[in-house]
Amino acid sequence: MKAYIIQRLLSLIPVMLVVAVVVFFIIHLTPGDPAAVILGPDASIEEVNHLREEMGLNLPIYEQFLIWITKVVQGDLGWSIYMDKPVLQAFLENLAPTLSLALMAQIIAILISIPAGIIAATKRGTFTDQTFMIISLLGISVPNFLLALLLVLVFAINFALLPVAGFQPLSSGILPHIQYLILPAFALGAIQAALIARVTRSSMLDVLNANYIKTARSKGVKKNVVIFKHALKNAFIPILTVIGQTFGQLIAGAVVIETVFNIPGIGQLIINAIMRRDFEVIQGTILLIAFSYVIINLIVDLLYGFFDPRVRLSAKN
Amino acid sequence: MEPLLKLNQLKTIFSTEKGKVTAVDDVSFEIHAGEMVGLVGESGCGKSVTSESILQLLNEKTTNYEGKILYKGKNLLELSEEQMRGIRGNEISMIFQDPMSSLNPVYTIGNQIAEAIMIHQRVGKKEANLRAIEMLRLTGIPSPEKRIHEYPHELSGGMRQRVMIALALSCKPQLLIADEPTTALDVTIQSQILELIQELREELDMGVILITHDLGVVAEVCTRVIVMYLGQIIEEADVKTLFKSPLHPYTKGLLKSIPHLDGDRTQKLNVIKGVVPSLQDVPSGCRFAPRCDFATEQCHENPPELLELENGQKVRCWNYEHILREAKDHAVTTSENK
Repeated sequence: MKAYIIQRLLSLIPVMLVVAVVVFFIIHLTPGDPAAVILGPDASIEEVNHLREEMGLNLPIYEQFLIWITKVVQGDLGWSIYMDKPVLQAFLENLAPTLSLALMAQIIAILISIPAGIIAATKRGTFTDQTFMIISLLGISVPNFLLALLLVLVFAINFALLPVAGFQPLSSGILPHIQYLILPAFALGAIQAALIARVTRSSMLDVLNANYIKTARSKGVKKNVVIFKHALKNAFIPILTVIGQTFGQLIAGAVVIETVFNIPGIGQLIINAIMRRDFEVIQGTILLIAFSYVIINLIVDLLYGFFDPRVRLSAKN
Repeated sequence: MEPLLKLNQLKTIFSTEKGKVTAVDDVSFEIHAGEMVGLVGESGCGKSVTSESILQLLNEKTTNYEGKILYKGKNLLELSEEQMRGIRGNEISMIFQDPMSSLNPVYTIGNQIAEAIMIHQRVGKKEANLRAIEMLRLTGIPSPEKRIHEYPHELSGGMRQRVMIALALSCKPQLLIADEPTTALDVTIQSQILELIQELREELDMGVILITHDLGVVAEVCTRVIVMYLGQIIEEADVKTLFKSPLHPYTKGLLKSIPHLDGDRTQKLNVIKGVVPSLQDVPSGCRFAPRCDFATEQCHENPPELLELENGQKVRCWNYEHILREAKDHAVTTSENK
């Protein structure tokens, strides 16, 4: 098991390297001069050139990359010229709202989708099944910013039940924290819920036709126990895969939702950094997001073993 | 003596997209305690559906049952789902064809056997585990106290089928339905498993329905045989009678298609011509008529009834007397030739 984890962590290195290269070059090859943006439209060409030299932007691009990557390897993700603090610090300050939002969205998605998927599978072909699947199709099709605006219109403006936008950190109490996050989390989690529900349904349908389900029934096991004990645990591997993959998408979706709801998270950090051409912030943040994505996938892979002993055994060998 | 199980004109009807299909049509037979009965027929003849109908394991939304399934005089078709659960695994158990896929891959075998014991015998987990170990020992699994912690994928096919048998017998059922228990296994393992079922049958005085398409197996272990074709019983007799003087042309065909070790190797094996028709277009007369060498006009037009002869043998054929006479003549001529 340990060897497996170490092996997986080592395989992170090439992945992160590729991400670093892509991020760096995309940003540096897009038009827009950070020095010019910082100094504003009134600055003279000399002033801009001077700042470019100071920032090292006049060097050949591969040299710039080497300088940056050397620092990154040493754990220094750079400095935000605008916020005047280390990138890592800026990232960590903005992490909590995004993490809260993504986790809450994921929890909402799981709580809705897995029961819905199971019910749809056990009532296959009925009205209930079809209704659930149509709703999930809608969930996949409606863009989350649109859903966000609709939710705000209904729950915040018409019924005035929840705040329109903004954020309260966990330190100011769990209830206000949830109150502010519930609409964005729902808007963000809808696609996830739809995807997970569909996978749950098809995975459960596969499993419910398996011979061991017949064996369980022939033992006199109750129907619900057959579904939740014998079938669900077997059906869980594909469900877990989708949950893991969609968690990455949640972070990406959070960028949009944070903008709609004005939540000071990673999404806003990136958007602002892009507007200001704050290169090191963009690079560092994206690198960290990619890193967390890979780590989440590793955790998912390790969880497989919990649900399926066959995976455990092959990991041992 | 009252039979342990009596099927009375059982019909199992599936609703499919293409309409209703009667997979089991008017099947009646009896099983007594301590008796091992073979249920024989080609794939798709309804033998598995018959057995799964007894425990009502088929999809309840698309399956309709007619007739009676009398277990110790009670009609199982009239029981509630809860009462039926009390029968499943407790009084009537089943072993399935494929031991590779019949055990749940994500639970240990101990857990799976103990689960059945805990459901029916109201004992705690510890006691259930001890009984599970005992059952595994009974089925000849070495060091069962270690094995109960293993998962199905860690066992061989033969071992898994032993586990299935231990599971099925864990609550000492009175009737065991074994649906092709040896089909997926090696020949050597096959005979071990059959012997095991035989021993346990004697020990527990169980009735056993052995579903198979292997007549050799039937000859070895059963006392009575029921032959099914396309959802109907077409012949029923005790083993000796059936093998010595089969009456239905289909049974004859089946018997002829068994290869013999001392047979003439230059001769091709006998094959029953044609294929089993689909249940959607069942022949209007005798169901076997299109494939039968003896079929007459009557056979194609009118379905024959299952007739019971003086010796207890049952047959569903218009021409069995003719066939019987011919067989006797044939027997006479061959003995004369010798």
